[in-house]
Amino acid sequence: MVSGLSSMPTQSRLSNQRTRSAWLFLTPMLLILAAVAAWPLFRTIYFSFTDARLDGMDEAQWVGILNYLEYVDYGDGDGEYFGLLADEQWWMSVWNTLKFSFVSVFFETIFGVIVALVLNVNFKGRGLVRAAVLIPWAIPTIVSAKMWAWMLHDQFGILNDILLNLHLIAEPVAWTATPDTAMVAVLIVDIWKTTPFMALLILAGLQMVPGDVYEAARIDGVHPVKVFFKVTLPLIKPAVLVAVIFRALDALRVFDLIYVLTPNSEKTRTMSVFAQENLFQFDKFAYGSAASTLLFLIIAIITIAYMKIVGLNFDEER
Amino acid sequence: MPKFVREVSFYVLVTVIVVISIFPFYYAILTSFKSGTALFTIDYFPKEFSLQNYAHVLTEGSFVRNILNSVFVATSVVVLSLLLALTAAYALARIRFKGRTLLLLTILSVSMFPQIAVLAGLFEIIRWMGIYNTPWALIFSYMIFTLPFTVWLLTTFMRALPLEIEEAAIVDGATPLDIIFKVFLPLMWPAMVTTGLLAFIAAWNEFLLALTFISNDTQRTVPVAIALISGASEFEVPWGSIMAASVIVTVPLIILVLIFQRKIVSGLTAGAVKG
Repeated sequence: MVSGLSSMPTQSRLSNQRTRSAWLFLTPMLLILAAVAAWPLFRTIYFSFTDARLDGMDEAQWVGILNYLEYVDYGDGDGEYFGLLADEQWWMSVWNTLKFSFVSVFFETIFGVIVALVLNVNFKGRGLVRAAVLIPWAIPTIVSAKMWAWMLHDQFGILNDILLNLHLIAEPVAWTATPDTAMVAVLIVDIWKTTPFMALLILAGLQMVPGDVYEAARIDGVHPVKVFFKVTLPLIKPAVLVAVIFRALDALRVFDLIYVLTPNSEKTRTMSVFAQENLFQFDKFAYGSAASTLLFLIIAIITIAYMKIVGLNFDEER
Repeated sequence: MPKFVREVSFYVLVTVIVVISIFPFYYAILTSFKSGTALFTIDYFPKEFSLQNYAHVLTEGSFVRNILNSVFVATSVVVLSLLLALTAAYALARIRFKGRTLLLLTILSVSMFPQIAVLAGLFEIIRWMGIYNTPWALIFSYMIFTLPFTVWLLTTFMRALPLEIEEAAIVDGATPLDIIFKVFLPLMWPAMVTTGLLAFIAAWNEFLLALTFISNDTQRTVPVAIALISGASEFEVPWGSIMAASVIVTVPLIILVLIFQRKIVSGLTAGAVKG
């Protein structure tokens, strides 16, 4: 790299000049990121400790942790906790988010590995298959939510028709409207939509596995299934772990799919939906800010824990 | 297992993957060409070819305007983030300075940000800037997800370029700005196309910010417009129109994906796998 230049003493002035221009080049980008990310995050956290309202943000007064937890004493020795931490709806949405993220990422990883293994085989028409697999990824989430809402329609949906014809169900299922199946519906669509991303990342990992590894295993007569678990899987593990964290972070903030496919369903309301509704629809701006803040904390903790557990390390100079 | 059985089951698996991938979109197209009560009979193959739904979507309401909004927002986002990211990527890829790795990691972590966490603060800034309910609100706020990955990808690509070309330019007395625009830019075009495409698709598909920062129908972008298409009542959802609108906004994306398949795949994986 440039170190070759900067190590020469006669070049140190040039090196200083380069460092200065580096910061000059970075400044516009950093200013924009500060304006769209750092500052708004700070303000959201601030609002969560105030009584801010959607059309009265300027008059916001500091109220401490009341949005998070408040004990109201009824005076007769009786009292009740209010605030986000005592809100069952909030904890329900936390649980929904975790359940959704875990199940969807779990199945996406399995299907992603299968699709990647298929695409790694050299066969006729592989290019076309890869193009087909990319289609769900390219379709806007809203569009896929609507397409599936139509396919999952209780009366005219093709999925019920297929399942009825196969005698897998006895009568049409109202997928998105029934509380018990709403989460299943959301999961189906999410897994369908994001498996391609998973598959491509894993495929890239697979393609870095040298071919002679398989050759050696084949000559030794090792069973393909054993080769997969003993050779392939350990080699693609880093790619899979990275893909999983990318997808998990995406799943934990899921909003659009649920907002469109199963609006008003308590069983699928996620943290993001809960926060957005409180912020902009229920006129509980400060409360919504508190939810946003907690959501941020929860996701940060999960991310750090995951990185520690699986030993992912982005820290190395590449 | 005999070779024959193995081959057949492999192709069965391939067929299943392809059918599952494309069937929903195929079915949306099929539905979009149906009219009237045909909508409520389930067909697996096209029977009718009516453009009624398309005519309806394109003439009534503000859908054409919504498409133009989306094109304007997505294009501006691409141009702006590429411009900001190119110079930043040069600094991050080519100049050694203290805190570079930390900076790169911070930028990467912003791209993983739950956008909802900044929504309240962004809303305040956008109102303060007086751009609420205009495309500028979206162009500005979309930087939160396009800028980090354009910087990340362009940095990755720029690091892969040979050192010598730059050294020669420095010896010739070229300024850093010259180096970026005269030496690197011509070499970076393929990377710029890949990154730009990904930014375009991300901006075109965005929903949460577009829903929150735009409040009237004519200013909306297509994902929100489609989400809000509704009938007179809950029981009169105009599925035909929704499917026609969906096909209209998706076909350009699919064409892009088919043309630039390799570039998109390399872009998607470049940032992640090398990490």
